[in-house]
Amino acid sequence: MSRIVVLGVRHHGPGSARSVLAELDRLQPAAVVIEGPADADPIAHLAAAEGMAPPVALLAYAPDAPQTSVFWPFAGFSPEWQALRWALAHDVGVRFCDLPSASVLARVTEPPPRRRARPVDPIAELARAAGHDDPERWWDAVVESRTLDAESPFPTLLEAMTELRRDAPEEDVWEQRREAYMRRTLRAVLKEVDGPVAVVCGAWHGPALAEPLPPAAADTRILRGLPKRKAALTWVPFTHARLASSSGYGAGVDSPGWYDHLFTAPDEPVARWFTKVAAVLRERDLPVSSAHVIEAVRLAEALAALRGRSLPGLAEVQEAALAVLCEGDPVPLRYVTNDLVVGERLGSVPQDTPAVPLEVDLVAQARKLRLKREPVGRRLALDLRRDTDRGRSQLLHRLAVLGIDWGTPAADDVASTGTFRETWDVRWRPELAVAVIDAARFGTTVAGAAAARLVHDAATATDLVEVTRTVEKVLLTDLPEALPDVLRTLDEKAALDVDVVHLMTALPPLVRAQRYGDVRGTDTAALRGIVEALLVRICAGLPAAVTGLGEDAAREMRTAVDGVHAALALFNEREDLARWTAALRGLVDRRDVHGLLAGRIVRLLADGGVLGHDEVARRLSAQLSIGVPPAAQAAWVEGLLSGGGLLLAHDQELVALIDEWVTGLAEEDFVVVLPLLRRTFGQYSRAEREEVARAVGALDGRQAGPADEAVDDRRAAPAVAAVAALLRGAR
Amino acid sequence: MTSTDLLRPHAEQAYADELAALAAQDDRPRPPSWRLSPRAVVDYLLGTTLPDGTVITPKYVGPRRLMEVAVATLATDRALLLLGVPGTAKTWVSEHLAAAVSGDSTLLVQGTSGTSEDAIRYGWNYARLLAEGPSREALVPSPILTAMAEGRVARVEELTRIPSEVQDALITILSEKTLPIPELGTQVQAVKGFTVIATANDRDRGVNELSSALRRRFNTVVLPLPATEDQEVEIVARRVAELGASLELPPVPSAMEEIRRVVRVFRELRSGATADGRTAIKSPSGTLSTAEAISVVTSGMALATHFGDGVLRAADVASGIRGAVVKDPVGDQVAWTEYLEAVVREREGWGDFYRACRDDE
Repeated sequence: MSRIVVLGVRHHGPGSARSVLAELDRLQPAAVVIEGPADADPIAHLAAAEGMAPPVALLAYAPDAPQTSVFWPFAGFSPEWQALRWALAHDVGVRFCDLPSASVLARVTEPPPRRRARPVDPIAELARAAGHDDPERWWDAVVESRTLDAESPFPTLLEAMTELRRDAPEEDVWEQRREAYMRRTLRAVLKEVDGPVAVVCGAWHGPALAEPLPPAAADTRILRGLPKRKAALTWVPFTHARLASSSGYGAGVDSPGWYDHLFTAPDEPVARWFTKVAAVLRERDLPVSSAHVIEAVRLAEALAALRGRSLPGLAEVQEAALAVLCEGDPVPLRYVTNDLVVGERLGSVPQDTPAVPLEVDLVAQARKLRLKREPVGRRLALDLRRDTDRGRSQLLHRLAVLGIDWGTPAADDVASTGTFRETWDVRWRPELAVAVIDAARFGTTVAGAAAARLVHDAATATDLVEVTRTVEKVLLTDLPEALPDVLRTLDEKAALDVDVVHLMTALPPLVRAQRYGDVRGTDTAALRGIVEALLVRICAGLPAAVTGLGEDAAREMRTAVDGVHAALALFNEREDLARWTAALRGLVDRRDVHGLLAGRIVRLLADGGVLGHDEVARRLSAQLSIGVPPAAQAAWVEGLLSGGGLLLAHDQELVALIDEWVTGLAEEDFVVVLPLLRRTFGQYSRAEREEVARAVGALDGRQAGPADEAVDDRRAAPAVAAVAALLRGAR
Repeated sequence: MTSTDLLRPHAEQAYADELAALAAQDDRPRPPSWRLSPRAVVDYLLGTTLPDGTVITPKYVGPRRLMEVAVATLATDRALLLLGVPGTAKTWVSEHLAAAVSGDSTLLVQGTSGTSEDAIRYGWNYARLLAEGPSREALVPSPILTAMAEGRVARVEELTRIPSEVQDALITILSEKTLPIPELGTQVQAVKGFTVIATANDRDRGVNELSSALRRRFNTVVLPLPATEDQEVEIVARRVAELGASLELPPVPSAMEEIRRVVRVFRELRSGATADGRTAIKSPSGTLSTAEAISVVTSGMALATHFGDGVLRAADVASGIRGAVVKDPVGDQVAWTEYLEAVVREREGWGDFYRACRDDE
C-alpha cells in the first residue's frame, strides 16, 4: 500500500472538511502535509493556542514594505484548518508544503493565479461530464452536502482528476514550481516518519502528489532560480466578509455563513438553518411562526426535488425564505443574507502572535515623527507649518479614523483663529494594541488601512452629514486615494436624501475644500462634479422646500441659503452661480415663503445686482404696506437687513422707507415689532450701527429743528426723532 | 365549437396539444390529482423541446427560479400569491399554472370591491331553497368549493380588491382545508391536489391590504418588471402595434426612437439610477409599469396622428410621461425636475425632449 494518501479538497468547502476529518480519524497518519506557505511551519502550532478562533489568516508581508502582502485565509470550515487542528490535537507532525511566502512575495508584480485562470477548471469539467451546467452547485451536491455515512470520496476524486489532467495543457511555470515544492516537502516528510502521510491539497494538485513521485532531481531543476525576498509571517484575525474576496488560495467564498452552518450543524441542516433565519427575522420584529419554518423547509425540499437534488442548497433555502418567511419582500431577506449567509464574524489570534504589519508600520512612523508611547497623557501643540508637526497631525488623524485613539483633539490653550494650529491630548493605553490588531483587517499600513476604513465608513453611513464628515476626514488625513469612492457614496446619498436643507448644509464644506485645494494634488474635478450635482438637486428641490415653513424652520433655511450663497460666491463658477440665482429669482414673487426667507432672498439678489435698487424699494414698500401683519413685516425686514448694515447706511431711500415704516406704526404694532427690530439691529457691529444712525440722522436733519449746542445732536438725533414720532403717534 | 372560433380560448384549450405531448412523455412522479409532474409544469411555462421534437412555446419570459418556486409551492399544497405591479403577467402565469396542473383554468373568482362571501364559499339557489328547504341541490358552490371537492387549482384574481372581511373567508379554507356548511350540518373537505393561486397588485393605491393572518397562508412570488431595456422595448413595441391596429391609427414612422426613450425614462426613474449607473436619482411614488409606458406611447401616437403631422415626436410623449411620473405634486415634482435637469438636459440628442418637457411644465 502506498504511504501517501492524497485528500483532494475544495478550498473552504465544508463537505471537504468533514470528509477530511473522517478520513484522518480512520487513517491515523504519521504526519499531515497541508497546502500552505512552507515557511509558516514555525507558527503553525499557534493554530491550537488559546485565544485562536477562526476566521483567521496567515499573513505574509515584506518587512521593508508592509503593503506588499499576501493572505492565506482559514475559516472554521476550511479543510486545511481542520486538518491542521486535527494534527495538533493528535500530536502528529504537520507541515505546510506550498512555495514559501518569501517566493510568493517576490512575485507580487503579478498576483497569484486564481483558480479560474487555470486552463481547465477541473470542477467544471467534472460537472459537465456529470451533465450539470453549474460546477459550484454540482460540487456542492456531490461533495459538500454529502452525508458522512457514504464512503470516502477521495480515491474517486483523485482518479477523476488524474483523468482530467491527462488531457489538460501543461501547467504554467509557477504552478509547476508549486507542485515541485510540494513534492520536495513530501519526500522530506516521508523520510522523517514511518507510516502513512496524509496530504491535504486542492483537488487539482492531487495527481501531482500521488505515488509514484517523479525523481527528486527533476523537481530540483524546476525549482532552480526561484525568486525570493525577505518575508515575515504571522496570524491575523480575518472576517467572513473578506473571505469572499481573498487572495492566497484564490478561492473566494460567497456564503461563508452558510458553509459554516453546513459544517457545524450536527444534523437536519435545513431545519436548523430556517430556525436561525426565523430568529434573525424575529430579532427585527418580523413575525415568524414555527408553522412558517415548517412550510419553508417543505418548500426548500420540494424545490430541491424539482431540480433533481438530494438536499436543498443555498439557492433553494434562500428562495424558500423569500417566498415563505419574507412574503416576497427582498428587504428582510437582505438581513438574512447579511446576518447568516455571509454571517459576519471576526476571528481572533493569541496574545503571543508575532506583530501585524500595521503595528510595524505604526511603530516605524511614530519613531520617524518622534512620538513616544507614553501611558501618561500629555498635551501636544502642533504647528502645521512645520513638516514634523504636519506629519504628526496626519498620523493622529489617521489613527483616529481607525479607532486607535492615541490622540484626541483638544481645545487650544492659546486663543488663536489661525488654521495652522492643532492641539491634541496624547496618551497610549494598552487596549490600543487590540485596536491595532482589529484595524489590521483594513490594511497593512496606517495610510492604507485608514483609507480603506474611510471608504467603509462612507459606504455604511446612514445620512448625508456623516458622509460629508468623512469627506472632511479624507482631507484631514490627506488620503486622496479614498476620495473617489467616498465622493461616489456622497453622490448616491445626495440623490436619495429628500431634505434639501441637508443638501444645502453639505455643499459649503465641499466648496471650501475644492476652493482652497485642501486635497493636495487630488482630482478636484471630481469634487467639482459633486458640487455641481448637489447644486442641481438643491435648485430642483428648493421651490418645494420653502413652502409653509414656521419661524424656526425658516431661520434654519435662511442659514442654509446664506451658506450656499456664500459658498458659491467663493466657488466662482459663473454657470453655477447663475443656476442658483435663477432658482432664488423664482422664489421672490411667491407669497407662501416666510418673510424671513423672502426678505433674505431679495437682499441676496440685490447684493448680486439681480434686483435693482428701485425694485428692492418697491418690494420693501409693498411688504411694509397695510395688507401685511406687523410681525411678518418685521421678519421680512430682518431677512433683508440682517448680516451687515452697510446696505442701510448707504442707501438713503431704503433708510427713508424703513424710517417711514417705523414711525408710521401704531403703538400696539410698534410694541410687537420692537423686539424683532432690536434683534435685527443688534446683530450689526458698533461701527455699522453708528453708520446707520448717521444715515437716519441725515435723514432727519432735514426735518429736525435746531438743537442745543451742548448736546451731540448728531448722536441724539435718532432718539429725538423717535421720541417725536412717538409723540406724534400718541396724538 | 372549436377553440379557434372563440374570441379568447382558455389556456388549456389554446395549448391542448402541448399539454397532451408533455403528459405523454412525462415519466416523473406526479403529485396527487396533478396532470403533469412539477418539472413538466415548469417546462410548459418556460418552453422547451421534447425528446420527440415537439416544441413547447415559452409562456413566461423571465427568471426560471421564480417559476420553480411557484410550482414547488403548489406541489407542497401551499397557496401561491403572485405579486407584482400591473403588466407583469400575473394573471397570465396563474392561468397557465392552473391549466398545466389541473387541466382547468376556469375555477376563477374575479376579485372586485363588490365580491361577496358567496363568491368564495357558496351561495343558494333561492327558488329551490324556498321550495325544498336547505339541501345539497339548492346549494350553489363557488369555484373554490368546486376545486376543493375535485382536488383542483382555484384562482383568485386581484385579491387585494376584495374587501378585507370577505378576504378572511379564505383563511379557514387555506388553513383547515375544509369548508363547513352549517345550514346542511355538513362540510366539504378538500381532496388532495386542491390549492389556490391568488394574484395581487402591490403598488396601486386604494387596495385592501391583506391581513397578516391571510398573508401567512400564502407563499409569495414577486413577478419582476422586464429585466433589460431591450426586453421591455420589445414588449411595449409589440403591444403598441396591437393596440394601434385596433384603434386604427396609421403607422407612425419614428415611433421606435420615442418608444425607446419612454422606456429609458421609465426604467431609470423606476430603478433610481441612470442606465449607465453613473448617476443616482430619486424614484417617484408612482408605479411606472410597462403598462403605463404602453399607454403613454399610444396616447402620444393618437396626438401625433390627429393633431400633429403623423410623426411621433418628443412633444407628443412629453406630457404623457410627466403625467405618469408626477402622481404626488410635491415629492414627484422634485424627482421629475431633478431628473430633467441632472440627466435629460445633459444627455446627447435629448435636447428636443428636454425642451418639450420644460415647455410642458
